[in-house]
Formats: sequence, C-alpha cells, structure tokens
Amino acid sequence: MIISILERIGNRFINFLKRMGSMVIFFSSAISLAVKPPLKPSHVIKQINFIGVKSLFVIILTGLFTGMALGLQGYYTLSRVGSEALLGYAVAIGMLRELGPVLSALMVTGRAGSSMAAEIGIMRISEQIDALDTMAINPIKYIVVPKIIGGIIAVPLLTAIFDIIGILGGYLVGVELMGVNPGTFFGEMESRVAFKDVNLGFVKSVSFGAIVSWVSCFEGYYTGFGAEGVSKATTVSVVLSSVLILICNYFITSVML
Amino acid sequence: MIKLVDVYKSFNGHEVLKGVNLEIPDGKTTAIIGRSGGGKSVLLKHIIGLLRPDKGQVLVDSTDISRLNNRDLNKIRKRFGILFQGGALFDSLTVYDNIAFPLREKTRLKENEIRKMVDEKLEQLGLLGTGYKYPAEISGGMKKRVGLARALIMDPEIMLFDEPTTGLDPIMKNAIYNLISKMHKKFGFTAVVVSHEIPDIFGIAHYVAMLNNGVIVESGRSTDIQKSTNPVVREFVSEGVVMPNFEIMEEINEEIQY
Repeated sequence: MIISILERIGNRFINFLKRMGSMVIFFSSAISLAVKPPLKPSHVIKQINFIGVKSLFVIILTGLFTGMALGLQGYYTLSRVGSEALLGYAVAIGMLRELGPVLSALMVTGRAGSSMAAEIGIMRISEQIDALDTMAINPIKYIVVPKIIGGIIAVPLLTAIFDIIGILGGYLVGVELMGVNPGTFFGEMESRVAFKDVNLGFVKSVSFGAIVSWVSCFEGYYTGFGAEGVSKATTVSVVLSSVLILICNYFITSVML
Repeated sequence: MIKLVDVYKSFNGHEVLKGVNLEIPDGKTTAIIGRSGGGKSVLLKHIIGLLRPDKGQVLVDSTDISRLNNRDLNKIRKRFGILFQGGALFDSLTVYDNIAFPLREKTRLKENEIRKMVDEKLEQLGLLGTGYKYPAEISGGMKKRVGLARALIMDPEIMLFDEPTTGLDPIMKNAIYNLISKMHKKFGFTAVVVSHEIPDIFGIAHYVAMLNNGVIVESGRSTDIQKSTNPVVREFVSEGVVMPNFEIMEEINEEIQY
C-alpha cells in the first residue's frame, strides 16, 4: 500500500521532471533556431499583429478600468493620511511595476496564448506538422519561432499601452472625479517615478511575453490525441502560463527591487 | 531501393512493428495492405523518417535514414513526397498557396514561375478554379487532390500515399486511384501506397506486401498475392474478388471529374 503510493508519487515526480526538461529543450531549440538564418520578418510581423494589435481593445479596456479602480482605492487610502497629492505617483508605480506587466500578460494569455495552443494542436493532430517535416521544413522554426519573437515584442508594447491608459484612468477618477489637482497628480509622478521602475516593468513584460508564447506553443506542439487532446492543451497552456507569470513576477520583483 | 530490415517499434510498451522486413523496388508501385490500426501508417512514417525504429534499419539507397541527423535526413526527405490520410493541408492557406508552399519555402523561384507551375498542377489534377478556396471550403476528394498536387510540385522520386481513398465515396475512390496510376505513369516515381481497400488496390499496385500482427506475412507481385495460399492473406484478400478494370474506369472518371 505505502509502496504503491510512493511509487505513484515517484512516477509523477519523474514525469514532471521529464516535462520540465522537454520544455527547456523546446525553448532552447526555438531560441537557437531564431538566430539562425533565414528568418522571415513577415512571419514575425503577422504574429505581432495577432498577439499585439488584435489584443489592443481588451488591453485598453482592462487598463482603463484597472487604473480607475487604482485611482479610487488610492485616493481613499491616501486621503486618510492626508497624502492625496501622492495619488499620481501611487497609480504610476502600481501600474508600471506590477499591474501593467502582470495584467497585460494575463490578458494576452487568455486571448492569444489559448489560441496559439489550439492552432498548433490542430496542426499536430491533422498531420500539418508532419507535412512540414516531410518537406524538410523545421516546424519549430516555421511555426514556433515567429510566435515566440512576436510574443517577446508584442507583450512589452501592450504593457506600455496598458500603463499609459491605466494612468489616464487613475487621472480621470483622481482629478476629474475626486478633485485632486492635475499639476500635483503629474508633478509628483514625474519627480518620484525613477527609470528603474520603468525598467522593472519592461524586464517583466519581456519575460512574460516569452513565457506565454513558449508555454502555449509547447502545449500545442505536444498535444494529445484528437479534439480532447487539443482542448486539454489549450486549458493547460492558459493555467500554466498564468501560474508561471505570477511566480516569475514575484522573483523578478524580489531580485530587481 | 527502399529496404526495411528487421524494424521494431513500440509505443508505451505496445509493440506495433515486430521485425518488419520489406523491399520496395524503384519505379514501381508497392502497396502495403493490412487491417486498420495494424501499423501500416507507422511503417510509412518510418520510410520518410518521421518515426525512428527502436531496432532495425530503414535503408534508402543503402543509407540508413534512422541513424541520420536532422540535416542529412532533410536532404533525403527532399526526394520524397507524401499524401497524408486527411490531406494535411495548411488550413490558413488557400489551395493555391498550399500547392505553392514548398516552392516558396524551399526554392528561390520567382512568383511568376511559381504561378506557372502551380497552374499546371491545378490543371493536371482537375482543380482549375479552386485556387482561391480554403481547405475548409472543398470536399474530401478535392483535399486529397490538393495534397497530391502539393506533394508532386517538387517532382519527388518517391511518393508515399497514406490511405489515399479512406472516407471517400466509390466514384471519388476510383478517381483517386486513377490519378495515382496516371501520375505514376507520367512521372515514373517509386510509389508506396498504404491501404486496406481490397480489391481496388490490386488495380494500381505492381507489388503488394501484407502487414499482419506487426510483421510482413507475404510480399510479391500483385497477381501472386491475389493467388496466395497463405491463410492470413487469403482471409484478407478473400477469394473470388473481381479486379476492377482501371483503363475503362479511367475514361469514365475523366468524364465525371473534369
């Protein structure tokens, strides 16, 4: 009884390690193929359009409401200690360091990550990936590399837009609704926000862009059989990407803060 | 010549190929027959290097492709074309772009040269006027023909057909067999056809090999296999089947299809 439980735990652990190993090998082969010519920029641009441009609406919408909520919360908290003047700074720091990169990446995971996993998964079960192989075209280079590069480029750009829209949302609530002085709102922000705050958000968004596209492509590439396999790959890609984003967020913050 | 020597392959402890030995002669059509789920497609994927055997050799002109690295394997793969069971067309590309795909990716041809070659293939395969359609908008038989056009566009020396007629109605089935037969005559490639369509397959195959329980139980000339006394082959082929006359059917189908 105890031995069989231990055996099961051991098997799961070994399978987990194998999967982690495959993920690392998958990512490193994608990176090594990315620097090997020929690289077709049109494929990358197509992915930037898919991951970035097509996520713009959802990013603007979530950014606006996140900034507005942050403005409202910030105002009531700061007004208790008579520091409403710091509202602009509080909103900007919250958006730049944490909410911008994390929420944009989670939005991209839900919109583009799931669709990348499903697309590659369907290509796998309908033998399209095998077809590429037989044409002597490396499927990782053709399908995965543009998506990873696209993710690394698009997510930081989306994060920047999310940050700006979020700060504007905070401004709307703080200045227009609650009556904070606009000069103070932007003045405090300008004098207190440092380059390292922007840099922290940038490093996070680049890492999250890589995580979303890497995990989604991996799950799709090694999908199980049939429609059920693709559906499972899609779910796992969203859950795993989201969890990894939140874990990495903590570690990047703790290292760079 | 393609030669499989003592090829073993198992998946998750389940043995699919248990020592396959097979010779596929150049310039002829060889059919691999056997029950559904018996490992025929697995065998075909070994021939093109999509799967590597656990044990044994897959020789293409005396080069063991199961030991090659990806770069050398890709050199060998350039000699192959394959028609997958479901066509394996890229659903984000139109019929035209699907056929042009290998030329755009693997050659430096100009777009007007590519257009000329693709149009020629569209015409040969009775697909004129469908170039702008997406795979989701065409029938199963058309998908197979587009898959065939894409496979033939690079003028392969060896063509592999994975269940080329599965899921098609009898008329379309005959049309596809006629097409394979016609293309073989025209281009002279070595063809390997995996199928369980009896007796139709005897109409196009020069040689037939029967895969049963993970091994080749008998192989030889198509006519000899039909007369085989091996009980496994006998049971599969069944006695008294009437061979279809593909020359007549070819003419009928040309009228129906094109």
